[in-house]
Amino acid sequence: MAIELSTVRYRYAGASKPALRSIDLRLDSGRVLGVAGANEAGKSTLCLVAGGFAPRVIGGRLEGSVRIDGADTTAIPPHELAQRCGLVFQNAATQLSNTTATVFEEVAFGPCNLGVPVPDVIERVWWALRAVGVEDLAPRDPARLSGGQAQLVALASILALRPRYLILDEPTSELDPAGTALVADALARVARETGAGILLVEHKTDVLARIADEVVVLAEGSVALAGPAGTVLADPRLAGLGVELPARVRLERAVHTAGLEWPAALAEAIE
Amino acid sequence: MSQASVAEVRGLPDYVTRRPGGFYRSVNPSTKLAIAAIEVVVAFAVPGWPMPLAVLAAVLATAVAARRLRGLVIVALATSPIVGSILLINLFLLPGASDPIVRIGPLAPTWSGLWFGLQTVVRLLAFSAAIALVYLTTAIDDLLADLARRGVGRRAIFVVGAAVQMVPRTVERAAEIVDAQRARGLDTEGRVWRRARGVLPLAAPVVFGALTEVEERTMALEARAFSAPGRQTLLRVPPDRVVERILRWAAALAMVAVIGFRVAGRLG
Repeated sequence: MAIELSTVRYRYAGASKPALRSIDLRLDSGRVLGVAGANEAGKSTLCLVAGGFAPRVIGGRLEGSVRIDGADTTAIPPHELAQRCGLVFQNAATQLSNTTATVFEEVAFGPCNLGVPVPDVIERVWWALRAVGVEDLAPRDPARLSGGQAQLVALASILALRPRYLILDEPTSELDPAGTALVADALARVARETGAGILLVEHKTDVLARIADEVVVLAEGSVALAGPAGTVLADPRLAGLGVELPARVRLERAVHTAGLEWPAALAEAIE
Repeated sequence: MSQASVAEVRGLPDYVTRRPGGFYRSVNPSTKLAIAAIEVVVAFAVPGWPMPLAVLAAVLATAVAARRLRGLVIVALATSPIVGSILLINLFLLPGASDPIVRIGPLAPTWSGLWFGLQTVVRLLAFSAAIALVYLTTAIDDLLADLARRGVGRRAIFVVGAAVQMVPRTVERAAEIVDAQRARGLDTEGRVWRRARGVLPLAAPVVFGALTEVEERTMALEARAFSAPGRQTLLRVPPDRVVERILRWAAALAMVAVIGFRVAGRLG
């Protein structure tokens, strides 16, 4: 059970050069794959391609193959894709339907679109809200949420479709530290409790260091680094690829540069 | 079975099964649309003063009873530029009018133009007030749920909902952009020409921002199975009484009759 990208090359409609070049990736169920990279590295495009939205919804030219649990994404209708692979975008405001009066109804929007019976809709909504820890927001107006809360509601709205995989395109990019912490906590909980495979594109490497099992670094549409999160996020080439090192790694290096010993107790405390 | 027990059995929270309360607000959205439609048809199709004035009076009385008069006043103020231009154009330029009130050089406002302009303004106010009253007394999700219940396609329903919700969102966005442009030194207050000069830096980000949002919103909707075939599940439906169904049919028949008489020239 996995999302597999094999020698994927993708070019947007009207673009002169490809946004992705020869990408090979695999996201297994129950694993968290972090993706980092500088601006224009192809991270958002990777999300759209891996989720089956490109070229199915936005057009463009795809070479290679993208398979979700063995099925070619170009052959799956969007509403079926939505149940296999959920996609959460950067901007929480544009993800909400703007047609509902309460968060409960907002989260129910997807299951209702699928024609799921009312008792199952109710069960799915509560499950999704609990999974991201925002049951108390259920009666609130979706238009009156903070950025972090809105992003969590967007995540819950996707979870309510019960996808086996989640793809998140910089879900914390517009959030302050408190909002980032809310989303990171929720993602860690979802990864732990739902067994979904998660592909998380994130600039904030501290978030990746916390919840990713493996990390891939993209550069100019290709994979520049890949491996276990701890190894990739400590790689000295990261800065040259436009990716900021996690705070822990920076602190460790500063300690070593100052000629001091990295205290084991401090490492344990950070872990 | 009471509504509360229905909600309990179905397991939906009260804030989802909520029912609109208060005079006119509890009327089914489709009934309110039908009433507004017959009011608009009568105001425009029946010649003379009495019917447009009667429609306007009925709408105002309903607004007072529903405690929505303030909203109607704001709508009336918003239409004042159109009202003013209608009055001026008819006052000075009504074709065939030859009963001047006074001569001011080459300009000659006429009594016929004044009366025709005032009558047109009353019709316009009756029209805008009738439509605005539906908006002011109906929660948008009630309207959408009712349309879905009646088998209107989900795309059409979404267009209606998104269009209505876009108004406050655009106002909020414009306010944010005004603040941002002011922070960069743009003068948006003071004399008219200064304000006019500030319109482009305000309008361009609002329009382009709205356009770029369209693609994001389309993808976000697809990510939530919006294009799934078959009927949507409805979590609740607004109440619809037998008397309201009769009222809607009566309104539809009345509209056909008024338009028919108008076309046949039987309304004077």
